[in-house]
Amino acid sequence: MPVPDRRAFLLQTGKLLVLTASAAAAWDYVAAGQPENAPGYDATAHWWAMIIDVEQCIGCGRCVQACKAENGVSTEPYYFRTWVERYEIDPSDPDHPRVESPNGGYDGFPENTRAGVKTFFVPKLCNHCADSPCVQVCPVGATFQTPDGVVLVDKEYCLGCRYCIQACPYGCRFIDPETHTADKCTLCYHRITKGLQTACVEVCPTGARYLGDLKNPADPIHEFLRTHMVQVLKPQMATHPKTFYNALDGVVR
Amino acid sequence: MDRVQGFMYPNEIELQWSILIVLYPFITGLVAGAFILASLERVFNVQAVKPTYRLSLLTALAFMLVAPLPLQLHLGHPERSFEMYLTPHTTSAMAMFGFVYLWYLMVVLVVEIWLEYRREIVSAWQSASGAKRLAFGALALWSSNTSAEALRVDDRVGRLVTIIGIPSAFLLHGYVGFIFGSVKANPWWSTPMMPVVFLFSAIVSGVVLVMLMYMAMTAYRKVPVDMVCLDTIARYLLYAFLIDFSLELLDLAHRIYEADESFKTLDFMVHTRLFLSQIVLQIVVGTLVPIVLLASAHLVQNAALRRLVYGLAGVLTLIGIFAMRWNVVIGGQLFSKSFLGYTTYKLQFATREGLGVSLLLLILPFVLLAGLVRILPPWPAATAPATKH
Repeated sequence: MPVPDRRAFLLQTGKLLVLTASAAAAWDYVAAGQPENAPGYDATAHWWAMIIDVEQCIGCGRCVQACKAENGVSTEPYYFRTWVERYEIDPSDPDHPRVESPNGGYDGFPENTRAGVKTFFVPKLCNHCADSPCVQVCPVGATFQTPDGVVLVDKEYCLGCRYCIQACPYGCRFIDPETHTADKCTLCYHRITKGLQTACVEVCPTGARYLGDLKNPADPIHEFLRTHMVQVLKPQMATHPKTFYNALDGVVR
Repeated sequence: MDRVQGFMYPNEIELQWSILIVLYPFITGLVAGAFILASLERVFNVQAVKPTYRLSLLTALAFMLVAPLPLQLHLGHPERSFEMYLTPHTTSAMAMFGFVYLWYLMVVLVVEIWLEYRREIVSAWQSASGAKRLAFGALALWSSNTSAEALRVDDRVGRLVTIIGIPSAFLLHGYVGFIFGSVKANPWWSTPMMPVVFLFSAIVSGVVLVMLMYMAMTAYRKVPVDMVCLDTIARYLLYAFLIDFSLELLDLAHRIYEADESFKTLDFMVHTRLFLSQIVLQIVVGTLVPIVLLASAHLVQNAALRRLVYGLAGVLTLIGIFAMRWNVVIGGQLFSKSFLGYTTYKLQFATREGLGVSLLLLILPFVLLAGLVRILPPWPAATAPATKH
């Protein structure tokens, strides 16, 4: 019986290891999509989340305006990366709230003159779900989740089939009328990767929005989540949103 | 905003999937159903439907060739659709479309039709001249072997392909149902019943289409209708219809009894915006009336009158199945996922996704079928040898 050549064995094993490692690295790259090439920004060191404090929102619509201006979102109606809804709930009929969002709340809201109703505003945006149905259904992988937990769309690759829009339980997606591809909140990825705030957080006059990094132990978001009763939208969908709402009424969907 | 009643999320006001996406399950359903009818003769040996065997295959092919067109026209970037073959996203139900489609078109339909027609293709090749000779030679793959042994192999392989074809037809249309049934965000779509309901309604629609085509073609050719064949098709149609309707009733009963959070919203929609297309067209005109007509047709002794009954039942059924596709695709987008409001679908005519294009897409398969029938006659011609079945 021939004795195995130790040198050849080691050589072969070494080659295999190198190949496996590079394949794994390549696979990671493919699986992760292409996070923006921001110098000095380590996408794997963050896990972004948003807090919306319903009690703080005054429905001024500044966030909607800032989002459209910052991200070049069409000012035509029906295209919103973020919008604000106003709820009016009659305590005697809590199952049938009156909800409105005129032009997505872009121009604010007309004064509420109804007496005896509970009224509050709910800002909405992409929930950047950890288990996003939109990412799951994209037939070519043009929608993907970055290593730092942001759901993005590759506009150079999107077919415009609209399956992701159907799959989103929250109505957060639309077709960009100019590029004919899917569009949605990017959590201002071009800003947060440079250490800036999202446009909506930046302009909110009452601090109703807060962008937090769940991977940063020093981030105040941990303190907030520990000391407040927060809720996510449609938890029964098991999409594990990373947009958390403080003081959210159960009737909000 | 006059399109909206109640509250929609702002991005929901415009519908995403138009009438073109209604056509997609409608057309693939016709393909799958026509193929199932063909396999009745080939695999299950129902000799009575033999006169429609070839017609079923050609009908399936003609409609299959058109099936991806509405999808292509609908895409924001049709030029990128090939990416679905190159970089399919494995978690996406839709990513499989290209592969399911190609499998069914190339491995099942084209091979089965080729094997079925090979002897006649070779004969046409050898008797023709010029360009026609070249074309038929290419169709025959320049193989002129029509010995008894070769034909026996053709027959056996053809049978095998049909056996593979039946689950493939089920896959094709069950898969289309899955694309809708797996969208958990949409309670109107999200049900495991969807692929099964789609499948049986597909069988119904395809069988009806071939039945109507057979009646039309015999009238056009001025040859007598084989009433045994027609009666047999109508009987199988009735069986498939009863299963289809039972499944739909089961789905309905389940929804009504379970009455989950979406129920009131969907119930209101069915009683208002979908009343005409769902209650009237799909259930009454397109299902109950044809079932009664088909079930009572045997009482009509007069053959011409019975053909009329079948024809009427067939046309109503196609309207009903189209309405069913409409109600699934359009209905699923008329209500808000907030369950607080409804929007409206405005069908336009002369737009890329309008009624005009849809009508053209519905006419196109018949044009293709007319061409296919000329090249590959589904019935024995005076000059061609009789089919081997």
